[in-house]
Amino acid sequence: MSIKTIGRHLGLPVFHVLMILVLSLFIVSFIVLAAGVSPFTAFSLLYQGSLGSVSHLGHVMKSFFPMTLCAMGLVYTYRISLWNIGIEGQVIVGALSAMVLFRLFPEPQVPSLFFSLGIVSAFLGGMGWAMITGFLKSTCGVNEIFAGLGMNFVSQGLALWLIFGPWKRPGIASMSGTDPIADVYCLIESGPLSISGFELILVFILFIFTWILIRKSIVGLKLHASGSNPFASRLLGLQPTLSIHLALAVCGGFAGLAGLFQVSGVYHRLIPSISSNYGYLAILVVLLSGFDIRIVPIISFFFSCLLVGSIQLPMMLQIDSSLSGVVQGIVVMVYLVYMGIARHLNSRIRKPVYE
Amino acid sequence: MIRLENIHKDYGSVKANDGVNLSVRPGSIHALLGENGAGKTTLMKILSGFIAKTSGRIFVCGNEVDISSPVKALKAGIGMMYQEPMDFPQMTVLDNLMAGRPSGFFISRKKALHDLDRFSSDLGFSFNPASNPASLTLGERQQLEMIRLLSLGVKVLILDEPTTGITDLQKDVLFFSLRRLAKLGHSIILVSHKMDDVTSLCDEATVMRQGKVSGHFSRPFSSQDLLQCMFPSGGDVDIADDYQPGDPFYFLDQVTASSSRVVLKPISLNFRQGEIVGLAGLEGSGQELLLRVAAGVSHIHTGAIRIGDTPLTARSMKAYQSSGVFFVPGSRMEEGLISGLTLSDHVALCRSGHTLFTRKRAVESQTSRFIENFFIKASPHSLVDSLSGGNQQKFLLSLLPDTPRILFLENPTRGLDHDATAAIWNILKTRVRHSGSAVVFSSSELDEILQVAHRVLVFSNGELMMDRLCHDLDPHDIGQAVSGIKQTKY
Ligand SMILES: Nc1ncnc2c1ncn2[C@@H]1O[C@H](COP(=O)(O)OP(=O)(O)OP(=O)(O)O)[C@@H](O)[C@H]1O
Ligand SMILES: [Mg+2]
Repeated sequence: MSIKTIGRHLGLPVFHVLMILVLSLFIVSFIVLAAGVSPFTAFSLLYQGSLGSVSHLGHVMKSFFPMTLCAMGLVYTYRISLWNIGIEGQVIVGALSAMVLFRLFPEPQVPSLFFSLGIVSAFLGGMGWAMITGFLKSTCGVNEIFAGLGMNFVSQGLALWLIFGPWKRPGIASMSGTDPIADVYCLIESGPLSISGFELILVFILFIFTWILIRKSIVGLKLHASGSNPFASRLLGLQPTLSIHLALAVCGGFAGLAGLFQVSGVYHRLIPSISSNYGYLAILVVLLSGFDIRIVPIISFFFSCLLVGSIQLPMMLQIDSSLSGVVQGIVVMVYLVYMGIARHLNSRIRKPVYE
Repeated sequence: MIRLENIHKDYGSVKANDGVNLSVRPGSIHALLGENGAGKTTLMKILSGFIAKTSGRIFVCGNEVDISSPVKALKAGIGMMYQEPMDFPQMTVLDNLMAGRPSGFFISRKKALHDLDRFSSDLGFSFNPASNPASLTLGERQQLEMIRLLSLGVKVLILDEPTTGITDLQKDVLFFSLRRLAKLGHSIILVSHKMDDVTSLCDEATVMRQGKVSGHFSRPFSSQDLLQCMFPSGGDVDIADDYQPGDPFYFLDQVTASSSRVVLKPISLNFRQGEIVGLAGLEGSGQELLLRVAAGVSHIHTGAIRIGDTPLTARSMKAYQSSGVFFVPGSRMEEGLISGLTLSDHVALCRSGHTLFTRKRAVESQTSRFIENFFIKASPHSLVDSLSGGNQQKFLLSLLPDTPRILFLENPTRGLDHDATAAIWNILKTRVRHSGSAVVFSSSELDEILQVAHRVLVFSNGELMMDRLCHDLDPHDIGQAVSGIKQTKY
């Protein structure tokens, strides 16, 4: 693929993304102004808090990896027209499954082997949790949004119960979580950014894998067909129900790995908010990326910057750090309006369909 | 009453309408004819405001009007009826009638009821206002749609292929009502592929070809003239025939099933190799259900289905397909094709099997082959949505595998023009002859069944009334069977 074709492939979406970001920042400026702070100061603080220094960038990457994993998983489910709201719970259960293994073998003889088992356990945990939703949908006809929402509550409850019950720290049970896991289960951070090479490589591999599967192989087409017209797909020889299970399984697996990242890479224990809402954020990320795997990392990186950059806003400016949430919300709203208008214009000037 | 002047519609480089002039007189029934993809639907959608023209002018009663939306078209007194009526199946007949009113917040139940009564008795329809459209037949839903449009003050009624898929009886009712409307001074524009309908009903006929008007006829005209004008080069494609049925190989044993419309009484049947079987009956009499049940698309309650010695009862659709059993639904966009995908995408999906990657070139050349063999007007990269109705139907049939064992087809030639119908049957017959497969199809037209089928099954109220070979058939018997009088085997 030449530079030119890459440019042509990426050209249009990137232009749209930039337009959306500029428009949103414009609107956010007004809100910040209304709060009595110069937007310029606010934005420069946001910038410094995220991209301003190497160590901040390292923090950005730490939230970038799990968020991107979740968003890539959602590309599969969106492709088949499923709203996998349950991804939040799948992250939590992934984290729980890894914890189970880590706690069962606190002093492993062969650390690398047991850590690998932890990876598998997290993947399977998230996958199994997602497949319950798939099962409820395909056999009982429960809408995946409601099923997912319910499963999220259950998984959150499960995490809290473990933290305050069986896994509570000797003597005290607190919101600060369980006992730390053994050092061998914590990811090693290295390089100037002090990020985990393991996370970097895994996310990169899964990104390429997903890209090829969704865009280059027939799988993407099959998922799309199964999602948009199950009956016709069956007549064409596809198996839409199987596709639903597969898409959910992969998405749940990816989410489970994100849970592992949170346990082994960030908190080194189980805490009540172990998922950091990355599942929900990832839903916004894929939405913004137009379900295009190529755009996902860009949006995900931007969201991570906002998230990390806004942490210090309360101290410096007396504005609440929920500003990042406001920005994210506005970006999504602008996106929806913008795409609505774009689609409307597009339908007026139809591209030639064939010659 | 209506005059269209120099209408153009371009889709990129495709000229769907290329300078069309047409005038329709008040009180006349005007036929619009032409091969598949000629641009008939496009022209009618422009006239009724569903799509915007590229250029051209429209006059109503001598005044130029701007028709840029369906609401504006209705204001100008123009209304279009689709082949698939656009009603809301969840609501009652009366609610449907009231829902479509473009203005006014308060809906008058009384007025709607009054309209329903008046138009029904005028046009010879009968409705229960509280019934649900889902329980109506296609023909009845059409009538409902017609009343809705008329109650909105429509003076020019456009019907796009209204007679495909409705029974002869309902066709008579429809034609009676159209004649009646014309007498009352309405103008009717009828898009159709059926010459007999046109010659018996219409006062004038305009033939389109490749986006242009290629001929105009006023009463009296004959089907021969019209066909000559529509297909100047094509002679009559005759349908080759030689019936040499093989052994029975597909068995239904005491099968029962039910749908929302009809309950299928226990039925035992077999199909032979090399046989073409036509299913007839009033709409909703069970022939559609039997087709779906036999193809493994709908579930059976009791009984057994097998092909050769392989049992298929309660197996998945995939299992049926691997045994060589294929089904083509009648509603092509809803059940057959996937909106938003191109022709080559469909071919890729069909042919992929278990491989992960498909060779783009191979898929494209295969698609081109289908396009050529089935005379589809499109390119491999066209979205299926952009094809004309008839071309969608041809494409759907082209996706069938070359050597199936048995095909179940719902109204396979629905919306196809005269030549395409003959060509498709020729292809199917050749396959039947060469690979010894069987074709079982339903058709709302008895003529088509009598012309191509070797054997006819007639259904009435969920029961098989007649099962006979075509060559020793008395049409009178079919009529009897359709109306529910059981015919014995010879
Ligand atoms: N949205 C679209 N985009 C591109 N081409 C289109 C679109 N809609 C229609 N066309 C093309 O315009 C031409 C005319 O189509 P139209 O539907 O008017 O044909 P028709 O006369 O109604 O045919 P049929 O008898 O098969 O219904 C066809 O070649 C079709 O492919
Ligand atoms: Mg048409």
